Amino acid sequence: MTTIQHELADRHVERKRAWSNWATGMLFLLPSLLLFGVFLFYPMVRTVYLSLFLTDSQGVPIVFVGWENFLNLFQSTSFQISAKATALFVLYTVPAGIVLATALAILANQKLRGIGLFRTMFSATMGMSVAASSVIWMFLFNPSIGLFNRILAALNIPGVQWLLDPQYALLSVSIATIWMNTGFAFLILLGGLQNIDQSLYESARIAGVSESYKLRKITLPMLSPTLFFVTTVSLINAFQTFGQIDLLTKGGPMESTNVIVYSIYKDAFINYNVGSASAQAVLLFVAVLVVTVLQFKIGERKVHYQ
Amino acid sequence: MRKVELKGITKSYDGKQDVLKAIDVMVEPGEFFVLVGPSGCGKSTMLRMIAGLESITSGELALDGKRANALSPSERDLSMVFQNYALYPHLTVEQNITFGLHVKKVSKREQKERCKEVCEMLGLTDYMKRKPRELSGGQRQRVALARAVVTQAPLCLMDEPLSNLDAKLRAKMRSEIRQLQRKLGLTMIYVTHDQTEAMTMADRMMILSDGDVQQIGRPLDVYNNPANTFVASFIGSPPMNLIDAEMKDSVLVADGHWMTPVTAAMKQKIGSGRVTLGVRPEHISLAKDSEPGFLVQVANVEVLGTETLVTFDFGEATQWIAKWPGQSSVQPGEQIRICVDDRHLALFSAEKGERIVCEPVPDAKKVSS
Amino acid sequence: MTLTVSGLVMVFPILYAFLISFMQGGEVLQGSLWPETFSLANFVSAFDRVPLLTYLWNSLMVSVLIMAGQLVLCSLAAFAFVFVEFKGREWIFYLFISTMMIPWEATMVPNFQTVQSLGWLNSYAGLTIPFFAMAFGTFLLRQQFKTIPKELYEASQIAGISKLRFFTGVVLPVVKTTMTTLAIYSFLTAWNMYLWPLLVTNNEANRTVQIGLKQMQTQEIASDWGVVMAGVVMVILPTLILLFAGQKRLQEGLTQGALK
Ligand SMILES: Nc1ncnc2c1ncn2[C@@H]1O[C@H](COP(=O)(O)OP(=O)(O)O)[C@@H](O)[C@H]1O
Ligand SMILES: [Mg+2]
Repeated sequence: MTTIQHELADRHVERKRAWSNWATGMLFLLPSLLLFGVFLFYPMVRTVYLSLFLTDSQGVPIVFVGWENFLNLFQSTSFQISAKATALFVLYTVPAGIVLATALAILANQKLRGIGLFRTMFSATMGMSVAASSVIWMFLFNPSIGLFNRILAALNIPGVQWLLDPQYALLSVSIATIWMNTGFAFLILLGGLQNIDQSLYESARIAGVSESYKLRKITLPMLSPTLFFVTTVSLINAFQTFGQIDLLTKGGPMESTNVIVYSIYKDAFINYNVGSASAQAVLLFVAVLVVTVLQFKIGERKVHYQ
Repeated sequence: MRKVELKGITKSYDGKQDVLKAIDVMVEPGEFFVLVGPSGCGKSTMLRMIAGLESITSGELALDGKRANALSPSERDLSMVFQNYALYPHLTVEQNITFGLHVKKVSKREQKERCKEVCEMLGLTDYMKRKPRELSGGQRQRVALARAVVTQAPLCLMDEPLSNLDAKLRAKMRSEIRQLQRKLGLTMIYVTHDQTEAMTMADRMMILSDGDVQQIGRPLDVYNNPANTFVASFIGSPPMNLIDAEMKDSVLVADGHWMTPVTAAMKQKIGSGRVTLGVRPEHISLAKDSEPGFLVQVANVEVLGTETLVTFDFGEATQWIAKWPGQSSVQPGEQIRICVDDRHLALFSAEKGERIVCEPVPDAKKVSS
Repeated sequence: MTLTVSGLVMVFPILYAFLISFMQGGEVLQGSLWPETFSLANFVSAFDRVPLLTYLWNSLMVSVLIMAGQLVLCSLAAFAFVFVEFKGREWIFYLFISTMMIPWEATMVPNFQTVQSLGWLNSYAGLTIPFFAMAFGTFLLRQQFKTIPKELYEASQIAGISKLRFFTGVVLPVVKTTMTTLAIYSFLTAWNMYLWPLLVTNNEANRTVQIGLKQMQTQEIASDWGVVMAGVVMVILPTLILLFAGQKRLQEGLTQGALK
């Protein structure tokens, strides 16, 4: 055979091998791709589609209405309240939760005897389900026998209708939520702290700088990738909150805790207004997308990667 | 035994830059062939192309005369030892050695027998039930060897297999690998960046730099007749001393005042202008009273027991090293008179560094100042 | 000191739930912190009044199924991303990343319709299969697979071992610990799932224990806090034990998945 024939034969073999690799790779990926397709990408597209229709109570699209669902939403006070509640909820829970988890992680990162016990205590809420936690907090918030009002009573302060007063309900749910989310954030931040190169602290010790200087100049900068990740996850989680609302307040009182996912749930499965629910779902998707993109844009510039 | 032939083999990872440039070489059956060169010159790439782990950009690879470019690694019937040994951490030594033999349709019983045999050969019998992490570096190395040997593949490829061992063990394993290869009659292609390994192990070696073949030959031929300044300074420890020199009339002048005469024939080859002059450390000696020599100042002395390395200033910016047998009492700072054996002078062209002549310089007059 | 106080504050709600679960009705109403006697009566009546055992069993089945499904699918996908080179792999990888940006809650309406039309309402299939594919787990394992020296793969290629055999015979055993971490994480998350089981189950035979809690809280026993807390304790006990056993591993695994 000539060289060219040889090369053609080689190419043929290589093509066959490349094809077989492709088939193998796809075979390994197919289960995941299939499920993502059926239970994530398709429903996302379907949600966008449904958001442009009026539907019957089964969610079958009937009339194409274009942007009408969205326009109706923006004009409805109910949605405005819901959007505001969501924004406030994010604002109440995310920064406070991260500060708390970071403080706990720094506390638990000391080298002391029995520190393992405290780490376990701080991460305990990670093992708590939303439902169980909510039931416990429901009891703590109970106006007559709950712990909080008992403490207030002991201090001679009149009791508060924590979950029933529109003024306090969202705040109360937020406090419970911060507690629920601490375990997860704590675990990750502690991991981040433990990944920091100890020699940085040793050289700082030799230089004789103060603790707060170490915190500002070593710990926080080196922890920033972890903080960045935790912030992103917390933000997205906050947007998706459902369980505690369903159990503690059912979106009330006076819709003051009707955050977006609960509002979607109510519209879709209680009011059977699938078009409106889908429009809200699209807005939720956009919000999460914006947060993620913003985070990455800001993050890439600010975060100090190791 | 296996014959390996590379014809115009070229490799490019990115389609722009050639990592290997048109390599032509033939490895004879049963030969211990060493590929040596500095880190990043393309040794591993070449070995991995022979193994089939890396595609061949152009050229032809033939195994026993048959084109093998498109064969998969397992179809090439070869074994390979990796620098990090690539032992499976979760398997015992025995399982590591026999792993994959079933593919070659070796029965369970024969697997056991073969494993026992190679373990005896390599002194691993007591460790067959251990996991790799319970072994020392040298033992892991042996397991890797055993795994290569047990397949009974006629061609064995090794990529820097000794570089993770300490110096003493390395010397021991050099000799063991060599003996094993002879005993089994393997064709071996062995990659190393260490010229000592190349010199001591190779039947023939190939010196590679920047993807280009510098020289192929038997170790002594390469040592005695380096093809260019790269080989001259890469092979040999300490390396060959080099200095720029200029033809003036019929003498070569280095650094203004060191001179050596040349023959007419050589002069013609050199032409006019500049050359690089090289001399091996062992060809520089202390001048006897009767001999002409030049005075130099000693900068450093390393006494190694059987030999002494003397570093001295030669010219403005050059330091040369001389190697003398025995234990010399020369002290740093001392002025000594040295003599260069001009029969062993090597001349290289100044531009490309290629060897110009190999014949010795006439014995008419010694180099003098 | 700070450590002790903050530790107590953090675990107080959990501890309190345990204590209340042992209290008699009157004690709860008086607001005592410590039960007079550690009576198991509340637990007995919790199992009596709602089919708690069925719920626990359902939750266990669902969690184990989701865990197994995620381990299989994630490790297969991660293997393809690390060890199988083929055209379009990058592209599929970005597809996986993009799934992290879709909030699952935004897709629940069509998902409910899909599961309904598949006839999967009130079934393990409907409760588990939609969660088998997981980008986070795939990334975590991909990171781990990448630490396996590529020479291990090449050695098997030279020996002529198939990809599948390399996957099951080398990769999976080598990354056991990370697989365990992922298993713990999967189990925890699956056990604690709330919204989806609420949507796709509506009878007692198929309910998970989290929905059981909601049921307890809305029924007339809601005023009997001791019984409700006994239910809570039954729900959180398995996950708390799992968390305490695997806390260190989980922390390392999650950090790795998050940062690299
Ligand atoms: N997979 C790869 N992709 C791109 N470039 C590579 C790859 N492997 C090696 N190279 C490049 O090829 C050159 C030769 O590498 P290598 O063969 O590993 O050298 P050696 O083994 O001699 O140290 C180096 O410049 C290296 O950067
Ligand atoms: Mg190399």
